[in-house]
Amino acid sequence: MSANGAAVIQLIGVEKTYRAGEMEVRAVRGISLEICRGEFVALMGSSGSGKSTLMNMLGALDRPTAGRYLLDGIDVSQLSRDQLADIRNGKLGFVFQSFNLLPRTSARENVELPLLYGKHQLTNQQLREKADRVLAAVGLQGREDHHPSQLSGGQQQRVAIARALINGPEVLLADEPTGNLDSRTSIEIMGIFQELNDRGITIVMVTHEQDIASYARRNVVMRDGSVQSDIAVAQPLIAKTELGKVATADDQPTA
Amino acid sequence: MRFGSTLKIAFRALRRNKLRSALTALGIIIGVAAVIAMVGIGNGAKAQVESQIASLGENIILIFSGSTTASGIRTGWGGAGTLKVEDAEAIRRELPGVTAVSEEVSSTSQIAAGNQNWFTRVLGESAEYFDIRQWALSNGAPFTPQDVRSANKVCVIGATTASQIFGSDDPIGQTLRVKNVPFTVTGVLTSKGLSAQGSDQDDVLIMPFTSAMKRITGGTTLRSINVQVANASDLDPTQQQIISLLRQRHGIRVDREDDFTVRTQKEIADTATATTDVMTGLLGAIAGVSLVVGGIGIMNIMLVSVTERTREIGTRMAVGAHGRDILTQFLIEAVSLSAVGGLLGIILGVGVSKALSIWKEWPSLISPTSIVVALLVSAAVGIFFGFYLREPLLGSIQSMPCATSE
Repeated sequence: MSANGAAVIQLIGVEKTYRAGEMEVRAVRGISLEICRGEFVALMGSSGSGKSTLMNMLGALDRPTAGRYLLDGIDVSQLSRDQLADIRNGKLGFVFQSFNLLPRTSARENVELPLLYGKHQLTNQQLREKADRVLAAVGLQGREDHHPSQLSGGQQQRVAIARALINGPEVLLADEPTGNLDSRTSIEIMGIFQELNDRGITIVMVTHEQDIASYARRNVVMRDGSVQSDIAVAQPLIAKTELGKVATADDQPTA
Repeated sequence: MRFGSTLKIAFRALRRNKLRSALTALGIIIGVAAVIAMVGIGNGAKAQVESQIASLGENIILIFSGSTTASGIRTGWGGAGTLKVEDAEAIRRELPGVTAVSEEVSSTSQIAAGNQNWFTRVLGESAEYFDIRQWALSNGAPFTPQDVRSANKVCVIGATTASQIFGSDDPIGQTLRVKNVPFTVTGVLTSKGLSAQGSDQDDVLIMPFTSAMKRITGGTTLRSINVQVANASDLDPTQQQIISLLRQRHGIRVDREDDFTVRTQKEIADTATATTDVMTGLLGAIAGVSLVVGGIGIMNIMLVSVTERTREIGTRMAVGAHGRDILTQFLIEAVSLSAVGGLLGIILGVGVSKALSIWKEWPSLISPTSIVVALLVSAAVGIFFGFYLREPLLGSIQSMPCATSE
């Protein structure tokens, strides 16, 4: 547990109950969890374990029915809908399984999107410069004007990562970021995550693939709405090394 | 504060779907253009009719001898010779507002000159007739009051009659025969074209009414009397004065109807333009339907696109859009589509009206009212849209987390 800083995420007895007609579904049952600045956490669990519900709350997309969620010291569970939106815009970055890029829109304009909803109104020139810088950081220099349909899955996910990073978030949240990618591209994306993490960005990633989770430094496994295990990964895989192995083994999957 | 960004976002979304945006705006373009063009056409037709009525002259009162009932048979206007030359003289002499009077008799007759002959309308008038109808001569001179007093055998002919009888020869001073009575042509009238009823006003021969009564019709009564007054405001009082004067002269008892009919030019014009007003209204209403359909088209496409774009809305919410931002974005999209559609529609509508007016040789009449109405409707589309779409939009905003997590 590499607690090299203050807790950026603090969950205290968080619960989430959905009401579906007569049925009450307790998706998350009293989770307490601390994630510190600079951590790279993989959130695991089978489907129905409540990891997506937890992720929605971490992402300030949804409020817990009970308990407290402190993000960077702010009690998110008390905020209004619009305040939550501002938190998502300024403190969080999202990466989705299906990329969720706007179709028929250039990579640059997709990346600019969070800036447009931000506090400061920027000129077109400023928007462009910021977006191009982040796109270059995820290795997409020269692809700024490409539309999603002209990019591979891995490239689309890089655009999504650039979009998540553009406002300099406290935490990068990734929901099955490699779910729609082949294994080689998955490792590339993990490489980007590890690079970002080395630069101090906190990452929380939902995955159900054990080999993807082993690129993280901490694995939290959920079951039936509670944390089943919470362990530090003794020897995280290094994406660069693994990519080298794939290159020598050519098309062999790294399972 | 965010409005500038939202504007940018909305325009990017419109640009992203160029074809859909263009097709959506097309509904409004056609609707607005149709309203403007149709109302323009209607107004053009109305102005055409009005200018034909105006060709009668200015501030005219027409008196027709009335219908009569003989042995149970009613004859209609002009059927009974109730108007006398003395009636016209009394009007001229006794009514202050009257500036000119022309006694009129009318018949149709075969006329001939040399080896040419032609069937035309023969009018007997006073010398003032040409002033009353503001009818100038293109050639020669009109007959004089002296000609009228002496019942001279002189006449003035219309442009059509002149070309039918004399071809390209100069008719001035030539002799033509009306019912075998020789008349000397003193002048040729300028062309007035078709009347409001569609008859050729230039197919005519005009002679002093005294000559006509003595030599052609043989009667002693007038078909009608044309009266001109100085001002439009004199029309109604003079009309009343004429009625009481004529009733008195004709000795009509209080409980009996007039044996004549008095019409002002305005009444005649009103009757004629009433028809074109109905036509304009009809055309405008039909075009209005297409404008409404165009507006509904915009709202429908926006509604469909909201459900289609739930995923996009989810993504926007995830990166920090407020519900209001999304609502504003869709509103701006709809308003700018209807505004651009409205403007293009006005340009198209004005263009079509101009083209039609050139083609039909109508006065080009684009009513500012129709432009304002068209603009208001397209603005209303945008505003109504806001209320219409609030529900589905807010619905998809509520369901946002599901949309993002797939």
